[in-house]
Amino acid sequence: MNGIITNAETTTMQFHVLAVDDSVIDRKLIERLLKTSSYQVTVVDSGVKALEYLGLVDDEIANTNTDSNPISTIKNHHEVEVNLIITDYCMPGINGYDLLRKIKESTTLKNIPVVIMSSENIPSRINNCLEQGAEEFFLKPVKQSDVNKLKPHLMRGKGKENQPNFVVNKRKPMAECLSPDRIRTKYNYI
Amino acid sequence: MQRQLATMKQSLFDQGYLDEQFVQLEELQDEVNPNFVEEVVTLYYRDSVRLVQNLEQALEKNPLDFSKLDSYMHQFKGSSSSIGAKKVKIECTQFREYCRTGNGEGCKRTFQQLKKEYATLKKKLEVYFQFARQVGPVEKARRPK
Repeated sequence: MNGIITNAETTTMQFHVLAVDDSVIDRKLIERLLKTSSYQVTVVDSGVKALEYLGLVDDEIANTNTDSNPISTIKNHHEVEVNLIITDYCMPGINGYDLLRKIKESTTLKNIPVVIMSSENIPSRINNCLEQGAEEFFLKPVKQSDVNKLKPHLMRGKGKENQPNFVVNKRKPMAECLSPDRIRTKYNYI
Repeated sequence: MQRQLATMKQSLFDQGYLDEQFVQLEELQDEVNPNFVEEVVTLYYRDSVRLVQNLEQALEKNPLDFSKLDSYMHQFKGSSSSIGAKKVKIECTQFREYCRTGNGEGCKRTFQQLKKEYATLKKKLEVYFQFARQVGPVEKARRPK
């Protein structure tokens, strides 16, 4: 049972991807592409909705309000666990770049990998996004081969979080040394 | 029947109505999602109606707001590109070029051409999907005959 446990953990690990796009066609496409890779998917149609979903709005309010109840932000964060955000660049309201910036500026969300999609191949746009911390920049229409590039970012992202039943990559050898009874309940190895 | 379907599809590609992206969509179709391509295309039709209406209204304004026109066409180009609507996409690109140069007449002319291409594609795809439904469960694009 020893060797199998580690494999079982990797196969039951389900990544949750938040996709943001104002185009109904592109939302359907990205959702299907992500589900093909067995990711759990949440799709929203705007940057504002993405921020609401991520609980970032409350986060910002809490940070600026000295009387804030910190529990409300923690609660929001734990209710929603997102392992990667993939967003369109051109959107009305908050565009993909603004969304990326807000996520990277957030103490609670900055470690979530962000990927930008755009129909326009503009080098300065691409560079700005990468410099702001985007992991990848996909040219639309997004293909399966693009989505296949998400895995390493998701694996790395998971490693930074303190979640039960996670195998942090660098800890893997340690996990294999544990007795079968210990492996089943694994908390706070970091 | 399947060969006829394949021939029909091949002709759509050869005549430039569809491009590789359409194949990408077909590859996303499986037993669990057997109508994925048609579902996406249906969403495209609905979205296109909205955009065409917006464009028509915007083209009646005087003076023309090229920035707004370009914005609508950017969306239209994006969705056309996402389903592999090659000829429609070409017209979208031409339209945006006219927006860039502030050529109102060029925009109007191209818009008429775009509507024609869109109508032609829609008709051809309707025939294609009708035929595909008769043929039966969808074969994956990759599978050899």
